[in-house]
Amino acid sequence: MKLIVAIIQPFRLEEVKQALYGADVQLMTVSEVLGHGRQGGVTEIYRGSRETGNLLRKIRLEIAINDDFVDRTVKAIITGAKTGELGDGKIFVYNLEECIRIRTEERGQHAIG
Amino acid sequence: MISNANNAWVLLSAALIMFMTVPALGLFYGGLVKKKNVLSLMMQSFVCLLVVSILWVVVGYSLAFSPGELIPGILGDFRWTLLNGISPIDPSPYTVSDPKGPVSHLTFVIFQCMFAVITPAVVSGAFAERMKFSAFLAFSVLWLFVVYIPLAHMAWSIHGVFAQKGLMDFAGGTVVEINSGFSALAGALMLGKRRNLRALPPHNLTYTQIGAAMLWFGWFGFNAGSGLAADGLASSAFVSTNTAAAAGGLIWALLDWLLQKRPTVLGAVTGSVAGLVVITPAAGFVNVGGALVLGLAAGAVCYWFVVSLKAKFGYDDSLDAFGVHGVAGVIGTLGTGLLAAPFITAPFGMNGGKGFAGFFYGNPASFAVQLEATVTAMALAFFGTLAVFVVVRYTIGLRVSEKEEAIGLDITQHNEKAYTLIE
Repeated sequence: MKLIVAIIQPFRLEEVKQALYGADVQLMTVSEVLGHGRQGGVTEIYRGSRETGNLLRKIRLEIAINDDFVDRTVKAIITGAKTGELGDGKIFVYNLEECIRIRTEERGQHAIG
Repeated sequence: MISNANNAWVLLSAALIMFMTVPALGLFYGGLVKKKNVLSLMMQSFVCLLVVSILWVVVGYSLAFSPGELIPGILGDFRWTLLNGISPIDPSPYTVSDPKGPVSHLTFVIFQCMFAVITPAVVSGAFAERMKFSAFLAFSVLWLFVVYIPLAHMAWSIHGVFAQKGLMDFAGGTVVEINSGFSALAGALMLGKRRNLRALPPHNLTYTQIGAAMLWFGWFGFNAGSGLAADGLASSAFVSTNTAAAAGGLIWALLDWLLQKRPTVLGAVTGSVAGLVVITPAAGFVNVGGALVLGLAAGAVCYWFVVSLKAKFGYDDSLDAFGVHGVAGVIGTLGTGLLAAPFITAPFGMNGGKGFAGFFYGNPASFAVQLEATVTAMALAFFGTLAVFVVVRYTIGLRVSEKEEAIGLDITQHNEKAYTLIE
């Protein structure tokens, strides 16, 4: 089992969701986060006061999957999120020790899908 | 004989000014601070309405506007304590453009009450995010007596030293604007800077824009109500007010665009407030050309003050109460001495039928009076506030602790928060 965490541009969320659904990946958790990568932060100006290095709004996706789904999930995220510009984001893949479905108390591979 | 028409308009104007304090100023200021401090700003405005409303009917109005002379030219006496002796059918002893149609005396009392309410609320912008609530409360009480009431008496009461000299202050360029601005400066210097490294960004500029629009709306009562009549002079003041506000907002947004690459929402609304401030003393005295000039001047000069000068001086006038109200108040009060057009006020028989004329209309003496009142208001506001702050500092203390400042004033001063993250 793996846990995929992806940081993507907020305006690509809809495309990423559609690509994941297309790859038969239906379960995900989405949160709004702040951060920036190599493109740096933004500059904002309030009554002439310049605020540099402000963190950018990003979307964080978390998807728990079985091993045979890793490739298609990563591919779907890339298909949805890639624009070719700085700031497209990153995908992290973790080993996942255990997964328990609360409703049925199922464990492991059966609990994920 | 009370004019019911005039009475209706001035009562409505009083309500409009109340609306400027709460919620307009609370929203305008509340949006500019961090979300952990928004309630503290709203509460400071609200508590001014609570406290000053009471003090005003108990003794404030009497000291400010009664014909008695506790200190000649500066302070009235206690004859109208608890509005004693003022009957609902009494006509107001104060009239401006329609001496034959006074409003009810009680209307004048509550109209003036709202000016006294909003002024310390404006000052609170300079104290944002670091002052103890108890200290602000003490300040608002002491300051009303030490600074506001004497200044209102001097500028507007029957025996006031500047009223006697023919000061042109239609709706409070000295009493409200210069006063709040220079009090804010003194308070900001006494308080010191906020400790957080990043004072910005504002947590909700939509509040700020809504608040500014409500201020503009309420200012029609502030200025067009100050002739104490529903007549043509009210219309003239209304047009001047709208014109100056538009000019101030436009020039600030254009300067932003030119110098900072983008026209900002905060810039546009700040410039509009500067335009509203500058036209306050002038509203009933200048023609529309004068209003345009004043609005543009206020927008441009306040821009320079807030954007470049403030950073060089390094004081923390958090929400620019000084940079907008103080600076535009001075421009407006002096500008009235230059631009007052006698043909605006003459048809109402004002100033013995001659109307009020400024320097550019052949009356240099009027500019001298404006200058004298400006300097007096600056000095009284600045040094009066310093004195009040010294008293508060050595009794209650001024600032919250470093830890409380970091946690935020909403929780530490009021045990509440404005927003929940998870229900």
